[in-house]
Amino acid sequence: MLLNHKAISKMILPRRESIIKLERRVFMKQALSLGALTLLAGCDATDPSAQDRILGAMSKWNDKAQSLIFSSDRLAPVYTEAEITDPFPFNAFYNESESPVVKEEGYKLELSGMITDKKPWTLEELRALPQQSQITRHICVEGWSAIGKWGGAPLGDFLRKVGADTTAKYVGFKCADDYFTSLDMPTALHPQTIMAFTFRDKVLPVKYGFPFKVRVPTKLGFKNPKHVMEMFVTNDYPGGYWEDQGYNWFSGS
Amino acid sequence: MKKILIHPLYVRIFHWVNAIAIVVMITSGWQIYNASPVFSAIAFPRSLTLGGWLGGGIQWHLAAMWLFTVNLAIYLLLGIFTGHFKAKFFPLGPKALISDISQALRGRLAHDSHEYNAVQKLSYVGVIFAMVLTFTSGLVVWKSVQFQTLGLVFGGYDGARIVHFVGMSLICAFIIVHLALVLIVPSTFLPMITGKAKPFPKSEKDAQHVA
Repeated sequence: MLLNHKAISKMILPRRESIIKLERRVFMKQALSLGALTLLAGCDATDPSAQDRILGAMSKWNDKAQSLIFSSDRLAPVYTEAEITDPFPFNAFYNESESPVVKEEGYKLELSGMITDKKPWTLEELRALPQQSQITRHICVEGWSAIGKWGGAPLGDFLRKVGADTTAKYVGFKCADDYFTSLDMPTALHPQTIMAFTFRDKVLPVKYGFPFKVRVPTKLGFKNPKHVMEMFVTNDYPGGYWEDQGYNWFSGS
Repeated sequence: MKKILIHPLYVRIFHWVNAIAIVVMITSGWQIYNASPVFSAIAFPRSLTLGGWLGGGIQWHLAAMWLFTVNLAIYLLLGIFTGHFKAKFFPLGPKALISDISQALRGRLAHDSHEYNAVQKLSYVGVIFAMVLTFTSGLVVWKSVQFQTLGLVFGGYDGARIVHFVGMSLICAFIIVHLALVLIVPSTFLPMITGKAKPFPKSEKDAQHVA
């Protein structure tokens, strides 16, 4: 018996070392690029579509998890004037000089989808709505953050005023720079989600989204569309510019 | 000599699932970090990052976090309630620690028992702490508004990013030492798969295990 054991361990020993080497190699390979999760799920890791399917499904799962974590009456932290980031960073998928210049004259916010009163709104009419201001933290998907001050009309009040179906799933936005994005209805109705017409108490500059930006302090920055031209309410998933490329749709903060 | 069970099955499952989850979390985390470094002097080589671009890195990170979290939670619950942690990691006193560290530095810390020495105990307790720290600070980085009360512990969103980075660094330091030690003492590798190892003949504690 004892001899047998020794003989076996002699056979096993070099093999064990090769397992260790193999393990290290596998580890390095994972560290480099390989999708370890797909290995675990028993999928072919070299097949990008299988990998994308799993990651896409997990992203949808994360949308659900975030909507459960989200609370309609939990407010984003607010800051003091002294804490405002100066200068507040410009951010878009293009350079600042390429920002679209929307003329106030002739501008009308278009409404479509599940909204009763689809009459377009001029900037003057929008500014006449009850306004509020907030000093909140803008958190970019990249990780940096900056504190700014925005003033405007609560989006929820506006949606109710125009007879939007607030039981619908989504509110979508189309922008002058061909950007587009969408919010879940509970976030659209959140008390701090505003149609921002001012930045630091002055008319919203072109670089920050004139004529208005939807300021959503409970979402990452890319869920805050600028230069909004059209708003719509729908039950069909509208996606978004970055969301369609792979950023998580809910992207709450 | 009859082999003894040194790693229960759940510990082995945790270990290997965690190994995969941690590698995915760290390499995708580096991808995310590179998009906007917390420390301008520190960036990670692109070849070591997972996901191809920021969006891909986030997808991997937020998918693997569930694997990491659920696995860690099961391990912590079982470790605490089966008495495994208490038996394996404690007592852990400063006296034994100082003595074992000085022996280790002089290259005299013997590997003559399956009981952990004080340095091992500290590093395992330490890496578990680092994982919990990385998880909790990660929650705040992920949802700084919804978890703002927890965020106060870390000094808000920016503080949580730093703590998350420090936690990752501690885990990386552990991995480097852990892998180096497995290479130096390869006989520790197979028991993490089979669970079993030969008892050390002179170890009283090991003898008790056999009995």
